Amino acid sequence: MYFKVLFMTRKTDPLNTLSDIKSMMEKSSRFLSLSGLSGIGMGIIALAAAFSANNIIKGASRFSKDGSYPSYPEYMTKSLLILAVATLIIALAVGLFFTIKKAKKLRLPLLDNTSRRMLINLFIPLLAGGIYLLKLLDIGYVELLTPSCLIFYGLALIHASKYTLGDIRYLGIIEIILGLFNLFWVSFGLWFWAIGFGLAHIMYGMILWNKYDKVD
Amino acid sequence: MKNPISQLNKVFDSRVRLGIMSALLVNEDVNFNQLKELTEVTDGNLASHIKTLELNGYIKVKKGFIGRKTNTTYMATTAGEKAFRAHLDGLEKMIQNMK
Repeated sequence: MYFKVLFMTRKTDPLNTLSDIKSMMEKSSRFLSLSGLSGIGMGIIALAAAFSANNIIKGASRFSKDGSYPSYPEYMTKSLLILAVATLIIALAVGLFFTIKKAKKLRLPLLDNTSRRMLINLFIPLLAGGIYLLKLLDIGYVELLTPSCLIFYGLALIHASKYTLGDIRYLGIIEIILGLFNLFWVSFGLWFWAIGFGLAHIMYGMILWNKYDKVD
Repeated sequence: MKNPISQLNKVFDSRVRLGIMSALLVNEDVNFNQLKELTEVTDGNLASHIKTLELNGYIKVKKGFIGRKTNTTYMATTAGEKAFRAHLDGLEKMIQNMK
C-alpha cells in the first residue's frame, strides 16, 4: 500500500492526466476560438437590419397602390437585397473580428484543421440554402424567405456544432423551431427573423461569453 | 483486489505520447506540425516519442506530398486505440478508488 501511494503521487495523478487528455482531444478536433462577443455583435446588427427592413417595407407600401402583400414594387426588392448583402458582410466582419481576438488570446491558430473543418461543415448547408433562397426570390415566393433562412441556418449550425463549441447545436435547434413556426405565420416573417438572428444570437452570445470568455 | 495500476500502460506515461494518442483518437489523421503545436515540444523530442509509439505498433506513419513538400501524417492503429482506451479505463478506476 505504501508503495502504491508513493508511486501515485510521484508519477501519475490520474485526474490531471484525464483532464489533460480531454483538453488535447478538444484542442485537436474542435475550433474553440469562437467568441461569445461575436454572437452578441452579430445579433445587434441583425436587429438593426430587421428594423431598417421594416422601414423600407413601410415606406414602400405607402407608395404602392393598395399596399397589399406580396405585391412589392421593384425598387423595394432591390433595396432589401442590398440591405441583406450589407448585413451579411458586416455581420461576418464583426463575427470574425471577435473570433480573431479570442484566437490570439488563447494562442490558438486561426486557420488550421479545426477551423477549416468547421467552416466547410457550416457552409455546405448555408450555400445550399443561399441558392435555394435566391430561387425562391426569383419565382416570387417571398413569404418563404424568412422561414427558409432560419431553417437552413439552423441546420448549418447543428452540422457545424461537432467541430466547434458544442453549445451551438442548441442555437441551431432554436433557429429551426422558429423557422417552422414562421411557416405557419408567414406575415410575421420579419419578426421571426429578428428573433432568430437578433435576439437568439445576443442571448447565445451572452451564454457563451459567460461560460468560456469571462475568466480574467 | 486487482491493482488498477497494472492496467496502466508504461508507453503512455509521457505527457507527449498521451497528447499524440489523444489527437489521433479523435482525428482521422494528424500531421507532424499539428502534433508539434499541440504538444509544444521540439522537433527531435516529438520525433522520438512518435518513434516509440510506432515501434509499439500503436500508430502508423503515412508519407505523402503536398505539391513538392513532404507531408507525413500519423494515424492510430486498432491496437493503439485499444491500448489507449484500456489505459483510460485504468485511470478512471484509479480515480474511483481514491474516492
